[in-house]
Amino acid sequence: MRYIEPHAHMVSRVTDDYVAMATAGCAAICEPAFWAGYDRSSPKGFFDYFRQLTEHEPKRAAKFSVPHFCWLCINPKESEDVQLATEVIDLIPEFLNAPNVLGIGEIGLNKNSRNELKVLEMHVDLAARTGQLILVHTPHLEDKFKGTRLILDVLKNDRRIQPERCIIDHVEEHTVDLVLDEGFWAGMTLYPETKCTAARAVDILECYGSEKLWMNSACDWGVSVPLAVPYAALEMRRRGHATEAVDRAIFGNPLRFLSQCPKFKPAM
Amino acid sequence: MNRSQLLDLYFLEARARVIDLAAFMDRVNRAEGEVDFRYQALKQAITELQSDDAGYARRVLLKFSDPTIEPSEKAAGKSACGAWSGIS
Repeated sequence: MRYIEPHAHMVSRVTDDYVAMATAGCAAICEPAFWAGYDRSSPKGFFDYFRQLTEHEPKRAAKFSVPHFCWLCINPKESEDVQLATEVIDLIPEFLNAPNVLGIGEIGLNKNSRNELKVLEMHVDLAARTGQLILVHTPHLEDKFKGTRLILDVLKNDRRIQPERCIIDHVEEHTVDLVLDEGFWAGMTLYPETKCTAARAVDILECYGSEKLWMNSACDWGVSVPLAVPYAALEMRRRGHATEAVDRAIFGNPLRFLSQCPKFKPAM
Repeated sequence: MNRSQLLDLYFLEARARVIDLAAFMDRVNRAEGEVDFRYQALKQAITELQSDDAGYARRVLLKFSDPTIEPSEKAAGKSACGAWSGIS
């Protein structure tokens, strides 16, 4: 089996997770910029984080023959401070030419506030000006439905944005159709309590088709499972999905979306 | 898979989750104090399971969701609790 992990916060994981993922057939790991669990005190903290994502983490992954890629942004959880966000966004262009940067992400909303929306628009503008792919985080739990609609409005209102170059992540049964109907890609995150179980993710694949969907573990410093994608592949096989369908869901689809960035090269 | 095969695969898991939910409600009822909007949202969500129409997961998720569309003036904290506090 081969798979791509399109969303994992490896800076928060132990080295044993790389071993387990490589052993399970992981051909590439993509790491969106994320909240550290506490607010960084200045743009310098982000500068160091971007260096970690573009310099240190690829070397750590390479020890296990797993190519490591990343996305850059100030995440929605730290977007309430527009001044800080502006200074961090100004840092991003100097990192965009790094060999493992795929685009701008995970941008989006957290509590659906006006400031978060302003910062989202700034990120979208940066992505449009620099021709980057976009990875969008949708809010958690009770905020997801509203946030997804607000995010879609921002993306649709910017005529420079091509939906096929944006993936909107963390969809569930009440948001997946909103995203796919507008031509965007959709990601399903495999969290047992707060997002999708493997069984529900496979339900969504069966109901909405596998054309523009991917699955990810979004493993981070919280309760999460680095091997969630191969476990979801097992769930597909338990339901009788063919090997080719499983491969398309966990390897072919992320490959198709991510290859829109010429820098993306999984281990083949 | 047909319905019988799906029941073979998932019935025990679903049964366990319903019993867990029932036990949670018993636990809350045994405790002192008042329940809040989260418990109310949970009870409203459960009513969706009585319907004969498909789309259970979507409707249950919507029962827990903020249905409004206006952005908030300011982010109040960072975390979500799982239910919309404006539920009536």
